[in-house]
Amino acid sequence: MSGKSSAHSVVEPTPVTKRIAGAVVIIYALISMIPLFWIFITGFKSPPDSISYPPKIVFEPTLEGYCNLFTTRTRQTPDYIQSLPPATETCDEITRSRNMVIAGASNYLPRFINSVVIAFGSTFLAVALGTLTAYGFSRFRVPLADDLLFFILSTRMMPPIAVAIPIYLMYRELGLSDTALGMILLYTAINVSLAVWLLKGFIDEIPREYEEAAMIDGYTRLQAFVKVVLPQAATGIAATAIFCLIFAWNEYAFAVLLTSGSAQTAPPFIPTIIGEGGMDWPAVAAGTTIFLIPILVFTVLLRKHLLRGITFGAVRK
Amino acid sequence: MSDSTPIQRLADQAAAKTPPRVVKRIRGLSDRAIAWAFITPTILLLLAINIFPLIWTIQLSFTNYRANRPNAEVENVGIQNYERILTDSDIWFAMQATAHFVFWTIALQTLIGFSLAYLIDRKFRGHAFWTTIILIPMMLSPAVVGNFWRFLYQPQIGLFNYIVSFFTGLPPSSFEMLGTVNLAPWSIIIVDTWMWTPYVMLICLAGLRSIPDYIYEAAEVDRASKWRQFWTITIPMAAPFIMLAVLFRGIENFKMFDMVNLLTGGGPGSTTEVASITLKREAFEKWRTGYSSAFAIILFVAVFGLANIYVKALNKVKNR
Repeated sequence: MSGKSSAHSVVEPTPVTKRIAGAVVIIYALISMIPLFWIFITGFKSPPDSISYPPKIVFEPTLEGYCNLFTTRTRQTPDYIQSLPPATETCDEITRSRNMVIAGASNYLPRFINSVVIAFGSTFLAVALGTLTAYGFSRFRVPLADDLLFFILSTRMMPPIAVAIPIYLMYRELGLSDTALGMILLYTAINVSLAVWLLKGFIDEIPREYEEAAMIDGYTRLQAFVKVVLPQAATGIAATAIFCLIFAWNEYAFAVLLTSGSAQTAPPFIPTIIGEGGMDWPAVAAGTTIFLIPILVFTVLLRKHLLRGITFGAVRK
Repeated sequence: MSDSTPIQRLADQAAAKTPPRVVKRIRGLSDRAIAWAFITPTILLLLAINIFPLIWTIQLSFTNYRANRPNAEVENVGIQNYERILTDSDIWFAMQATAHFVFWTIALQTLIGFSLAYLIDRKFRGHAFWTTIILIPMMLSPAVVGNFWRFLYQPQIGLFNYIVSFFTGLPPSSFEMLGTVNLAPWSIIIVDTWMWTPYVMLICLAGLRSIPDYIYEAAEVDRASKWRQFWTITIPMAAPFIMLAVLFRGIENFKMFDMVNLLTGGGPGSTTEVASITLKREAFEKWRTGYSSAFAIILFVAVFGLANIYVKALNKVKNR
């Protein structure tokens, strides 16, 4: 079968094999995208369109879901709405057509900002600590290094709910419950293990000779670390940061148990978005879409390092 | 080193501004001091946020403490909590639900994930692009996406029910994935498989790509059939990678919380009440802190054991 063409190596699949393999993979990819496609289009449906049967693929797009996501509304009599000055903004107009007026801003934006603050804060700390620790393990002979590294990794494997019980009590004592600082510290502790393992892999790959040469030129060890190792590890540090960011961004278990108000992040908030008489699915879909877009961008940026990230740096290619 | 990256420039600036006296002091630091100075903050953070709470949990697990009554007297009850857990039929039921969930998700994800990896490794045109597309679900928030699956699973209006009825002819309102005792466990297995098959696929793909071509070439010279090559070369050589994926998914799904909490919340009844959901109910709804601490410790020990095996597998793959 494969011996026919001498131009190809014997291990090169035949064109027919390739075409069949490609078709199956593409079909799988398209099917697996259906839920995401559905989230995206539901965000632009009106509430009646979103729950129609059969499910609508062709519909008149509206921004109602996005308006409902960012606002709270109250029902008013048609007479009252008639008496208002004409609507100036799209959302006003849409809301009034449903016999409602916008009463104020919803909690989505503050929750989203919490997610941003907590994710970036914890990522910064985890990567900073992780870089130092990874360098320490990579370049120096640390007693019990393997045990310490296992200890660091094992903390990430712990069931979140089991960890949440004492954290809940501890934070209550320290006044860290429902604070951004508490969540940042917690996510830093969880992410630092990933950061250490990943960055150790990246730093291991930088030849020691670079620093040694710099030190012969009169740099101290710290200067060599800052001027030689850090720039060399920049890509690795960036990839690690994105992994930490995604974890903190997506985290739900701790967030739902330890935050309820001022420090609540978006993942525990989005499922609580309700409209009149049940879930407001277009608003949920809109909130989900906005929340997922940064991750989509990051996934594309990270694609070459994904494998490393999900295996704690063990599998490099 | 030759490029002047932004970080390089920043580092230069930072170094330039360091006062000479500080530089002199730092110069005196031995490698050993630097090693400890670099490692200690991380260890301290983990001690404060992971180990101290763990020790506290152990201590609580021998008491009847209830977190919603901080002023009530706390009694030491010895190993009573552990005894009760091991004989509690609810806990055993939760462990069964967990085992069912872990077994089927791993079986499906390994089968589909490995097959996809094998097909992608045929290197058809555009395989890199489609691989990235396939990977997307695993990067997303299980909670936020799991929440949306509730909508897809709605009887009558849900897309999932519509598609099933389109292909089988069953009326779309005749079955309820999340609300029926025999379907609910499968509803969470389907979402988990949708989300995490890419994970297994990616690791299997790395395994397949780690097999050097010359082994197949040698087998070809020996006239081994493709079928035989698959079973005597491909599978054994990819096995450590498959093992890695299975172990990690095993650990993750053993402690699964977010997606199940949002999809079924453990229901209907307690059909999908996996270990983490039971733990949440005991700890944060019934507020039996002592009792749930004991259960948490048991889960810790189980995960710790699995993690140990996992790290051994990691190191094995790393040395390839």
